[in-house]
Amino acid sequence: MAVTNKPPVTGAGPFNGVLTWFDQRFPLMVLWRTQLTEYYAPKNFNVWYFFGSLAALVLVIQIVSGIFLTMNYKPSAEHAFASVEYIMRDVPGGWIIRYIHSTGASAFFIVVYLHMARGLMYGSYRKPRELTWIFGVLIYLCLMAEAFFGYLLPWGQMSFWGAQVIINLFATIPIIGEDLSVWIRGDYNVSDATLNRFFALHVIAIPMALLGLVAAHLMALHETGSNNPDGIEIYENLDPKTGTPVDGIPFHPYYTVKDLVGVAVFLIVFCAIVFFSPEVGGYFLEYNNFIPADPLTTPTHIAPVWYFTPFYAMLRAIPSFFNMQVWGVIVMGAAVMIFFAMPWLDRGRTKSIRYRGPIYRAFFAVFVVTFVILGYLGVEPTNVWGEFPKGIPVVGGDYIATWVARVLTAVYFAFFLLMPWYTARDKEKPVPQRLT
Amino acid sequence: MKKLIAILLLAPSLGFAASGGVVLDPAPVNLHDKLSLQRGAQVFVNHCLNCHSASAMRYSKLTDLGLDQGQIRENLMLASDRIGDPMSTTLDPKEGKAWFGVMPPDLSLVARARGADWLYTYLRGFYRDPAAKSGWNNTAFPNVGMPHVLWEYQGSQALQVADKGAAKLVLDEPGKLAPAEYDKYVGDLVNYLVYMGEPARAKRVQIGIVVMFFLAIFFVITVLLKKEYWKDVR
Amino acid sequence: MTAIVLDQVDEKKRRFLIVATSAASAVAAGGVAVPFLGSWFPSARALAAGAPVEVDVSKIESGQQITVEWRGKPVWVMRRTPEMLAQLEKNDALLADPQSGSSKQPDYVKGAARSIKPEVFVAVGVCTHLGCSPTLKKEVGAASDMGTDWPGGYYCPCHNSRFDLAARVFKGSPAPTNLEIPPHRYLSDARIIVGEDQKG
Repeated sequence: MAVTNKPPVTGAGPFNGVLTWFDQRFPLMVLWRTQLTEYYAPKNFNVWYFFGSLAALVLVIQIVSGIFLTMNYKPSAEHAFASVEYIMRDVPGGWIIRYIHSTGASAFFIVVYLHMARGLMYGSYRKPRELTWIFGVLIYLCLMAEAFFGYLLPWGQMSFWGAQVIINLFATIPIIGEDLSVWIRGDYNVSDATLNRFFALHVIAIPMALLGLVAAHLMALHETGSNNPDGIEIYENLDPKTGTPVDGIPFHPYYTVKDLVGVAVFLIVFCAIVFFSPEVGGYFLEYNNFIPADPLTTPTHIAPVWYFTPFYAMLRAIPSFFNMQVWGVIVMGAAVMIFFAMPWLDRGRTKSIRYRGPIYRAFFAVFVVTFVILGYLGVEPTNVWGEFPKGIPVVGGDYIATWVARVLTAVYFAFFLLMPWYTARDKEKPVPQRLT
Repeated sequence: MKKLIAILLLAPSLGFAASGGVVLDPAPVNLHDKLSLQRGAQVFVNHCLNCHSASAMRYSKLTDLGLDQGQIRENLMLASDRIGDPMSTTLDPKEGKAWFGVMPPDLSLVARARGADWLYTYLRGFYRDPAAKSGWNNTAFPNVGMPHVLWEYQGSQALQVADKGAAKLVLDEPGKLAPAEYDKYVGDLVNYLVYMGEPARAKRVQIGIVVMFFLAIFFVITVLLKKEYWKDVR
Repeated sequence: MTAIVLDQVDEKKRRFLIVATSAASAVAAGGVAVPFLGSWFPSARALAAGAPVEVDVSKIESGQQITVEWRGKPVWVMRRTPEMLAQLEKNDALLADPQSGSSKQPDYVKGAARSIKPEVFVAVGVCTHLGCSPTLKKEVGAASDMGTDWPGGYYCPCHNSRFDLAARVFKGSPAPTNLEIPPHRYLSDARIIVGEDQKG
């Protein structure tokens, strides 16, 4: 094929020549225009719209800091814990790299949860953006797996026992459970074999999957265009002269410049944590993980890192029935997987919470509070609120926190499972034509 | 609604009262007090390294405390030859397990795992207990295998159980140091253990201050840039 | 009727702010690069392992050589006899660089003997050709297996490079330069430390 007759690149000063050469052999300017300077995004993005680009930033931060950790970390049961202290003390600047990675892990979840909240609030999962949402939930699943595998690597007490508990969940599956757990571990107990394979998954397999899914997520988004806080489709209202949305603005320079402010604020919070309080009271770096893994001594209180605790609270709250403990596992799994169903559960007419009726707003507020309280309960031991007095029927003598968690689990699922009913019936407000 | 959310988000503070059960005394940690750290290092080398290792800590790093390599060699290197060596113990793991039930753990990270206040309370919380294997028990760590290594300095305490069930430690036989002096002695040691848990800490805070200054300026520049371009948006 | 109206564009201000942002970003990138790239420098463990090594030279008999390890390399310490020292002055015709002009040695190591004290010779036993460790052939002439003209020295079996007893390379050897002399100094008459320079 002959070199195409595209117009030469202009406006790049001394780089015009090189860029023209490149553009004749690569869709450089096409990408620049379609993804940036002529990708029209709604002009009313608010603070909730920062978290997508911040998630991408944290992904890059984790990959770069992770690569440099891998240069000195040793993935064997014998050397792992000591190699982390080697990085912290002996490797010049190693402590910075370690703290960046540990803070980045929690930052990733904070940013992603807020990003998901935006999606829920403004109906970003609704038609035609269901696939963007599905790729997003897949990213969330990969992120949870990535964090789980990564947490074993320091080989501290929490690393070991957290992995032990979670892999034992698979053992609750009837018939195949035990063998499945042995297969996952590569051994009868969490051991060197488990550590090494989790290392491979954490360092290569899942990061590659994440990069692919993020690319797919952005491509799907760009195919439909972005949603906005009013839930209005800006491409339904085009300017007759230019053919571009009247309420749209080019992503570059307006949102590149705005996202940069978001990055600056994020870095201020991120660096404050890295440099002044990387442990965050034991929430970002758990105290028990400064003790090397000991298969013979279980810590008195095993809790997953904060970002898993809402689901952990649900897991603990479900009792065993018919001699099987698998129900808690199923409920916990369903609590995550149900996010996939959002586009089809929501039968409302309006996308954005701004124009929803009172029932939806109530359910949503309760859902958020429920998620936070479940998270708190998951961090604490089950006796955190004491017991019911013995005399009371049904709940007498049981831990209060367990029953609260059970109720909240039901409320959590009610938000999703009742949604087809209450969104259809809700009295919604009229949606404006133009963005506000 | 917003108030409800705010109250519920503050609920985690309720959980703190429910943990542990032991009242911890606040440790007088001051990582800027280099002389205290030096004294603590001396106590650590003289009394702790006999049984405990600190294998993540190299002797050469002790120059952080304001010492030079000669001083480190003379005063703090009792069992090792080379300045770059880690602080290891001479106790054989098999013997340690035989004598104490478990090999005394490495102390490199004990201050990060247990916290300074716990260590300060622990080192001052030993009391005579004939029922215990070593003859000593501890208020912060019931049935601990470790004997009261510093008993000559503190003296020996007894646990007095009052009528209401509240237990109190009482000094039975005085040691070489008066109680206030012993508190300072342990304070120095705990100070050193905190330093040893994270030697990079002082540098971390220093660099952090510079980074925050820079980020403040960076933030201002990005805001100005954004505002200028967004004048175009109507 | 679009959302973008370009009636307040201050080109100068925009250019200035873009330059300021780019400069600040470059500083940030540089600041981040420092610890990451810096992590490639030798760690405290490597520095400890590569620390200077003390050698007790009083135990070395005349004509004997010992080898110590420093930074993973063999370092020869030899107590040369007066005959060996005398021979060194006569080797010039055989040598590629008798004055050690191109060789890697500290500036306190002098003359044909290439040592601080003439009897005690310290050299890194790694051939400057491709890194094999040469063998000591201290017997002279017919007593050696190196030919009747052999003045005593070192022979590298890999590619036949030859060196005299001050590790100076012979003409015709594949090795380009004399063997390296490591930094070292005397702690006392009996002890040297390899890996530390003399002060002053």
